[in-house]
Amino acid sequence: MAVLFEKTKGMTDVKTHYCPGCTHGIVHRLVAECLEEMGELDNAIDVSPVGCAVLALNYFNFDGIQAAHGRAPATATGIKRVHPDKMVLTYQGDGDLASIGMCEIVHAAARGEKITTIFINNGIYGMTGGQMAPTTLPGMKATTAPYGRDVSLQGYPIRVCEMLSTLDGSKYIERVAVDSPANVIKAKKAIRKALETQKAGLGFSLIEVLSTCPTNWGKTPVEAVKFVKEEMIPYYPLGVYKDSTKEEE
Amino acid sequence: MAKFTVTINEDKCKGCELCVHFCPKDVLEIDKENSNSSGYFPANAKHIENCIGCLSCARMCPEIAIRIEKED
Amino acid sequence: MAKILLKGNEAVVRAAIEAGCRYFFGYPITPQNEIPEYFSKELPKVGGTFVQAESEVAAINMLYGAVAAGARAMTSSSSPGVALKQEGIGYISKAELPAVIVNMMRGGPGLGSIQPSQSDYNMCVKCGSNGDYRNIVMAPGNIQELVDMVIEAFDMADYYTNPVVILADGLIGQMMEPVEIKQPEVKREMPEKTWALTGKNGGEPHRIINLNLDANELEQVNIELFKKYAVIEENEQRYEEYKMDDAEYAFVSYGTASRIVRSAVNELRNEGYKVGMIRPLLLWPFPEKAFEGKDHIKKYMDVEFSMGQMVDDVKLACNDKHKVEFYGRAGGVIPSVNEVVDFAKKVMGGAQ
Repeated sequence: MAVLFEKTKGMTDVKTHYCPGCTHGIVHRLVAECLEEMGELDNAIDVSPVGCAVLALNYFNFDGIQAAHGRAPATATGIKRVHPDKMVLTYQGDGDLASIGMCEIVHAAARGEKITTIFINNGIYGMTGGQMAPTTLPGMKATTAPYGRDVSLQGYPIRVCEMLSTLDGSKYIERVAVDSPANVIKAKKAIRKALETQKAGLGFSLIEVLSTCPTNWGKTPVEAVKFVKEEMIPYYPLGVYKDSTKEEE
Repeated sequence: MAKFTVTINEDKCKGCELCVHFCPKDVLEIDKENSNSSGYFPANAKHIENCIGCLSCARMCPEIAIRIEKED
Repeated sequence: MAKILLKGNEAVVRAAIEAGCRYFFGYPITPQNEIPEYFSKELPKVGGTFVQAESEVAAINMLYGAVAAGARAMTSSSSPGVALKQEGIGYISKAELPAVIVNMMRGGPGLGSIQPSQSDYNMCVKCGSNGDYRNIVMAPGNIQELVDMVIEAFDMADYYTNPVVILADGLIGQMMEPVEIKQPEVKREMPEKTWALTGKNGGEPHRIINLNLDANELEQVNIELFKKYAVIEENEQRYEEYKMDDAEYAFVSYGTASRIVRSAVNELRNEGYKVGMIRPLLLWPFPEKAFEGKDHIKKYMDVEFSMGQMVDDVKLACNDKHKVEFYGRAGGVIPSVNEVVDFAKKVMGGAQ
């Protein structure tokens, strides 16, 4: 019997607390698989700030620390500066990275910190029950935008990849989605490329993952992945926004 | 046609139906009869004979609850 | 080792490096700018790393990461900057990590002024973040003490796996005095940092948790912390007694304020007053022992560069609030010796 697919050693057996169909679980798997395949599980350190994924420490089978809301890039900077040979990653949601933590992520990228950020963009605050996030789409409902986000009052969603790619310290920036098997395959390649960028010591890398939040979107998991495809991807185009790995090699 | 086995960890499955939705061969369905310890109705590989080993179900499973093997 | 003339802020750097500190995360703020500046010059020479953070909030969270990774590391700032660091200090305390934080206090509240002050006593000694926790707080009165305390702070932080705050002020930061950079007399048996984030290296993953969603679990964390604090309170009460043997009245003062009080004591002694000074060296744990067996003291005179923050602890320690008088100048104003002498004479009522 040839095993075609099995759980990676990079994940523990702990049952996740995520809601049914929440694609956090997929992204956790991709990160863990990449680290396992790179032989880096023994050297990996995750920094999980406040958000649904603050409990990722229980699911990743490698070192981890829970950081303050928005401050993971700073905490990761401290760790990476002490252990330049370890694989240091932050796993952050959109409320964490693009709202309270915007200053930290911008400066970590500008400094070219050799860390990898996995940025989960599901357009909402998940852990706290569905409030509007900086990435909430125009017209999209949230508990603090009950009539739908009105850009004249609550402004426009932020496209993080485009923004961070303007910084010279950023060496690999790509936006992916996990709304279909094909996209999941591409997402894994992107995460692997980002981690390789770190391993080669080139500079800052970030993968933005368009992800779902069935509970707070008020959708079934299947409707949620459809929403990613039909609503989120058009506003947040997938693709590579920075790739200086070629000229560096 | 090669034979595949799709093993679903029923205890971890949360019945989200992503696997059922993305399976191109309608192999999987939700077992409405008995729920697991957490009260979810898990998926199961009812029509395993149709499986072509594309791994879509496993790739879309957020709980990493699906294991796929191929008989040589 | 010969003495060298050093400015306080630079002495912090020399001392920290002597103690094995190899990482500093800082941000510009008067009156402590020479600390990040000098670290940026000196750390590369010893294979260390200096990072100028984008804010004090980022700096303390970088420190959280560096000490979690097992390094000797520190940050420094001044009053409003230290206010921004409170949440991070709370995280470090909860995770029981060894971090050194220097606060060169300046006038407050708000943006305040840039002159020296002691108005962060409550923020640093009573702890300004959420939850029940304690910072070990050391209060140098001169540059030699600053050096000794910074060096010992790294040992104490590692020994107790707890943040240590060096509570000094702009005067200490900007003043120059001859100092000797030497290892502390107190040799501590350092616990191994088995918890440090170094990668699991084939073993069990290291996990530094800061969130306990289970209330009973978090209460247990609190109970364990307070067992540790009780040990620190027992072992680390430290203070100086100046001319207290036959004193009937006692000043209580710390840091640079105590220098002015020392001169006032000398002057009052010359005029025949039986007065001395109790000077806390560590503000937490507060030296309650200094007040034991001192029922004969008629009045305590608390002098601070603030509107009075340590004064409450003096009332508690001597267990008689009616015995405690306060004199202070705020906003960065430094009292003169004469002011302190006049205040004392009113309190002592001409009791030569």
